[in-house]
Amino acid sequence: MSRLNDANIKLAREIIARYPRPKSALIPLLHLSQEQNGYITREAMQHLGELVGVTSAEVYGTASFYEMFKFEPVGKYLINICGTMSCALMGAHELMHHAEKKLGIKAGGTTTDGVFTLAHAECQAACTEAPTLQVNYRYRLRVTPDDLDRLIDNLRDGKLNEEFPPHGVLSKVRQSIDASRAVGAKAPEDVNESPVWLDGKAAL
Amino acid sequence: MSKTYVHAPGFVAGDRPKIVTSRFEFADSFTLERYLATDGYKGLRAALSRPANEIHEDVKSATVLGRGGAGFPAGTKWGLTPQQVWPRYLVVNGDESEPGTYKDRLLMERDPHQLIEGCLIACYAAGLSQCFLYIRGEMALAQERVATALNEAYAAGYVGKNILGSKFSVDIILHWGAGAYVVGEETALIESLEGNRGMPRLKPPFFPAANGLYGQPTIVNNVETLANLPWLLNHGVAAYTAIGTKTSPGTRMVAVSGHVKRPGVYEIINGTTTFRDLIFGEEFCGGIRNSNALKAFVPGGGSAPWFTPDQLDLPFEASQVGPAGSMLGSGAVMVMDETTDIPAAALTLTHFYAHESCGKCTPCREGGTWLERILRRVVDGEGTDADLQQLLEVGAMICPGAFPHAANEKLGLTAVPFPYKMTTICFVGPSAFAPVHSALTLFRSEFEARVKKRVTIPVTAVATETASVGVSA
Amino acid sequence: MTIVDPIKEAAPVDPNVVNITINDKPVVARKGELIIAAADRTEDFIPRFCYHPRMSPVGMCRQCLVEVETPRGPMMVVSCMTPVAEGQVVRTATDGVKKAQEGVLELLLANHPLDCPVCDKGGECPLQDQAFSHGPGESRFVEEKRHYEKPIAISDIVYLDRERCILCDRCTRFADEVAGDALITFTSRGNDTQVLTFPDEPFSSYFSGNTVQICPVGALTAKPYRFKARPWDLEQTESTCTSCSVGCRTVVQSSRDELVRYQGVDIDPVNWGWLCDRGRYNFESVNSPDRLTSPLMKNGSELVATSWSVALENAARMIRLALAQSTNNVAILGGARGTNEDAFAWAMLADKLGINQRDAQLGDGLSPEVFNLAQATIDETCAAKTIILLAPDVKEELPVLYLRLRDAAQKRKSRIIEFSSRNSGLTPYVWRTVGFEPGNQAQIVREALATPEMKEQIARGEVVVVVGRSNLAESEVFTLQALGEVLSAVPSAKVLPVLRRGNVRGAVAAGLTPKDNSGDAIDILNAAAAGKIECLILLGVDPMADVADSGLVQRAFTQVKNVISIDTMINSSNRNADLVLPAAAYGEKAGTTTNLEGRISNVAQKITPRGTSRPDWMIATELSIALGVDIGVSSLEDLNEKLVNSVVAFAPSSDAKSTHGDGVLMARETPVTISGVASKVTDRNAYNYRLVVSRTMYDSAQSTIASPSLAGIITEAAIFVNPLDLARIGVTEGANVRVGADGTNIVIAIKADNGINRGTAWLPFNHTGVDIRPLLNIASDVVDVRIEPIK
Repeated sequence: MSRLNDANIKLAREIIARYPRPKSALIPLLHLSQEQNGYITREAMQHLGELVGVTSAEVYGTASFYEMFKFEPVGKYLINICGTMSCALMGAHELMHHAEKKLGIKAGGTTTDGVFTLAHAECQAACTEAPTLQVNYRYRLRVTPDDLDRLIDNLRDGKLNEEFPPHGVLSKVRQSIDASRAVGAKAPEDVNESPVWLDGKAAL
Repeated sequence: MSKTYVHAPGFVAGDRPKIVTSRFEFADSFTLERYLATDGYKGLRAALSRPANEIHEDVKSATVLGRGGAGFPAGTKWGLTPQQVWPRYLVVNGDESEPGTYKDRLLMERDPHQLIEGCLIACYAAGLSQCFLYIRGEMALAQERVATALNEAYAAGYVGKNILGSKFSVDIILHWGAGAYVVGEETALIESLEGNRGMPRLKPPFFPAANGLYGQPTIVNNVETLANLPWLLNHGVAAYTAIGTKTSPGTRMVAVSGHVKRPGVYEIINGTTTFRDLIFGEEFCGGIRNSNALKAFVPGGGSAPWFTPDQLDLPFEASQVGPAGSMLGSGAVMVMDETTDIPAAALTLTHFYAHESCGKCTPCREGGTWLERILRRVVDGEGTDADLQQLLEVGAMICPGAFPHAANEKLGLTAVPFPYKMTTICFVGPSAFAPVHSALTLFRSEFEARVKKRVTIPVTAVATETASVGVSA
Repeated sequence: MTIVDPIKEAAPVDPNVVNITINDKPVVARKGELIIAAADRTEDFIPRFCYHPRMSPVGMCRQCLVEVETPRGPMMVVSCMTPVAEGQVVRTATDGVKKAQEGVLELLLANHPLDCPVCDKGGECPLQDQAFSHGPGESRFVEEKRHYEKPIAISDIVYLDRERCILCDRCTRFADEVAGDALITFTSRGNDTQVLTFPDEPFSSYFSGNTVQICPVGALTAKPYRFKARPWDLEQTESTCTSCSVGCRTVVQSSRDELVRYQGVDIDPVNWGWLCDRGRYNFESVNSPDRLTSPLMKNGSELVATSWSVALENAARMIRLALAQSTNNVAILGGARGTNEDAFAWAMLADKLGINQRDAQLGDGLSPEVFNLAQATIDETCAAKTIILLAPDVKEELPVLYLRLRDAAQKRKSRIIEFSSRNSGLTPYVWRTVGFEPGNQAQIVREALATPEMKEQIARGEVVVVVGRSNLAESEVFTLQALGEVLSAVPSAKVLPVLRRGNVRGAVAAGLTPKDNSGDAIDILNAAAAGKIECLILLGVDPMADVADSGLVQRAFTQVKNVISIDTMINSSNRNADLVLPAAAYGEKAGTTTNLEGRISNVAQKITPRGTSRPDWMIATELSIALGVDIGVSSLEDLNEKLVNSVVAFAPSSDAKSTHGDGVLMARETPVTISGVASKVTDRNAYNYRLVVSRTMYDSAQSTIASPSLAGIITEAAIFVNPLDLARIGVTEGANVRVGADGTNIVIAIKADNGINRGTAWLPFNHTGVDIRPLLNIASDVVDVRIEPIK
């Protein structure tokens, strides 16, 4: 079942309603779908197209632009090792070689047990703490080969389940806007007036 | 003196004015409770107690510079929207991904309420009726912290309908990306927010302030820029402009990475702090690791032309860095010591920009990859002299004319000032060339040492200068 | 001393005029115009790939870089996105510009396979041409090029070669922006960017051929033309498409006296360069091996080839025999397929013989009085503030008109109010859609237009009603009633009648319409069924396949003594005819045609008629001589002169040149108003479903079936109902059901369609498989059917 499940459809509709145009919700919904299935399936893209009112091709066009969306199953843990400038200066390549040896796979591959996928990544915005890696987009900084060994062992042993949810789960907290507090989104063509607080007077 | 915190890895505090990092010392800095206990939402209250246009004036007269890269004053930007066109939107650029740069991530993870308050002040002052807070996809923790903070702030009446019981109402919608560097460019960010492929739009006609999200006037502001506003409203314009220089007031966050003793993110005084202070100063990085010699540094994120020790005494001030041949960009210094393999270092950056090309403009899509392939050949020891020339010529297809570079006394080079001409819409294409150009201009001998030495033998009597064949020596 | 005319000197400055210089020569441009568009009116060509004047600029290929003077010196800008400004100084050929343009071309060619010798585009390829004119001459790219699987079929018609693609966004932009079928898109990113469809969802757009035409390289090719000809072998002539009545301007191309391709020509008032795929690719039917090459005459139960003299002699005999008793014994059906001249020659012949029973429409058209209401052009329609649709699904029947209306709605020039029984191709773009059950439209229109919201909208400005027959299972009366309601609510509204057959407007105006209050096509068929027609002349029509009520046609054909058919191929109606005269097809004859708005434009001959086939007008002339009533036509020019001199409507086309290019509008008569038509529809039994029967673009029309590239696209017949009704009937999607009306039953697959109101069922007309026509009875106002599961 790779269309969104009922609970996620409800969530999807809430998310869509926050935007002046439904297609804006596409990337958040692709994440939701990846959270549900671990990767982006064909049926999921068709479903999202229906939900936001665009063709499956448009969904695919958008989804395939962004690197976080995977169109084939990946390991439960996606280990992204940064290889850009600062990390490269601080030994990222050696770290990658070590990871390849430790996991017995090449970058881009997935372990046969489906637990780990190892990948090259570009700058992760933690340059001062190089070399860095992310497991399912959660950081490990100033990683030594020993750190990496321990991390992989602990992940495999399930000791880090709390910190690292399976691939696809991004933020563990969702924004939720209570209807009583929401201003609500309107299509731009339905708004013609200046905001009420621009009346030259203080709001308070 | 310098101080670090386990809960804020990467951040280094110092005895300097703190405009945006004042709460970083607290382990619970991201909670509403801590925020309220430390002057939180006081700036918003101060703003709402005055007419919106006055707040806009304050931001203008404080010259709050954009911290995203271009350094355009926020107050001026807000004023570029066409008259009487509604609705107008605020899009917060939290898609931080310039190599070497990070500070927005820390601001979102450590002090999300400060950002939210900044968004609210901006919406109030500029009449923006909905705010979209776009966070980079790969930043799970930042998303969690901002989501939590927004949920708290909505519940407490700081965001949403009738904020603080006033007539001011605005939604802040948390949005997040999915891995594409180019989306940090503001028009690409807007495309992405519309659910499209993040391909930049040409300015003009797509200046966001006039024609942005859904074709409406849209203000795109960087996270750090907005994070400045609560403090500004709390302390006033005079206090703000008292820090830094006239043209670059306040502070700014700078990440210094690479071969330094104490890499870290510092909130520095804008305009006066020099690169020497940053790299060698005891309150900052404390010099090069293992007491090695400094070879080169990138002064403003991966896109910036490189500097050598000759430029160490330049201050962190756009009006001086530009003429010196580079740019301040997003506040990121990457330091290379004498052990650095310069061609290989350039390759990591060129690879980055070639990989991150959106594919829209031909010169970037085709030229970036071409540069990377030639450079890789050179780094792998398979290149030729002609390849070095070819690198510059492919680069000229992306950036015609003289490309900016720093002066160098030893090489007898005088500076070519920033900016460059370009045949592309955005800076990704030129950025693939910038490291190649800098490396080749400042360290050509390292490339020459790498290329295969060849002897050229004319094949026929009528051979022209280009029709020749190379034989390995 | 010269005398200066002060008025002339002080002529007011036109605020829409912008003066610029391009390469130091002054150019007058329009405000808001792009530099590249202004330059296109000069001799200085700016190279380009992504720019297309009918689509939004994207500035993607960067080929059109030019220099513009700024206070900070010359700046390089893309001329496809930079608007002109007063005093602007543009240079398109400086060293800097040349270097930049050469650079972009070298980069575009870097990964291009340069397989020009085997590429269909070779010889007419903008990339090839501009590589010669603006390229560097040689490539320094020594790396391995990008590789993709060589051409992949992205639809039944179109092939995509991603190696040749230069990613200009023309096809993808067209699909999304112009056609509204965003089924092809850029995928991946950067150097890996490629155009693709969604996996297993083909680019099944009615307009896909346009992407092939506008592709600036050979990345997109169309099956009907692949490897058929090289550009230098092509001959071409400009013409007008008559596949439907929109009248798109085309170029007809042939090689070795065979049609090989049509290309759209950009004219402002009609098609903007676009064509639909049916119109673009049905030239294959002209080349069909099934074309008739000589006259055929019945010999026993078989049709046997004969000579023209024998055939004409026999035709004359049959007609004379029938006329001997009464002029009412002969009737002519058809004429909308031919030219204005064809129709006029036949009308003259009919006049000479006193045959009043003639009709170019087949019972699914509109009373000619609708053509006498205040008429709107396509341009006027698309510029109206409000467009009211009382029409068939224009996307299916008049595809390029759909593009124009969609453009009007999307660019927010117009608001469309659609009245319909089921969703149409335009529904996603209309402002309001109001559903009705067939028969109730007049009441619904009256009520809807009385609401404050609609009144406010109508008061905003011009209103145009697009009117046509949306349902073959419904009497014309209801359409006229509804139109009457619109016109009484908005008396100033203009009308755009939308009839489907190619030259129906022209044929009716030229005289192939009931004369002196004699009966229309249905009356003729009824008379025939009652044994009152001795000789029936079919002028390029196939009533057996094309008239909704097949029972009536069958009864008529059994009774008629002699059937004479003038046609290009054997069809279900002339299979048993007494005489079949081979007609020249489109592309084989010249003349003029008239589109749905009354625009007269020329159709051109490009190839020799097949065998001994000849144009309809020539057959009429020869027949008139055989009948001893010579209509006196010596040549096509002579015939045309007679037409423009004797039929007022055609007078504006008296100068043949006026029918080229944009063409010329028919003379409009003083508008009349429509008389009230009263009719009451019977209520529907709640257990029944009211039928909507309408045409789709690809049906079993002969020109489609005889075009191999299109024939495979026609879908199997099925009945469509609302998903809730599907559940009520108690069957699942795709199941066979029994559909019955008045004692007639058919068994057909059922499908769910969200766009259909509950209680209504839709049957597409003339699809393959099950024949649905037995359900239709032209005598009843509406058709209600029972739908039952098959146990």
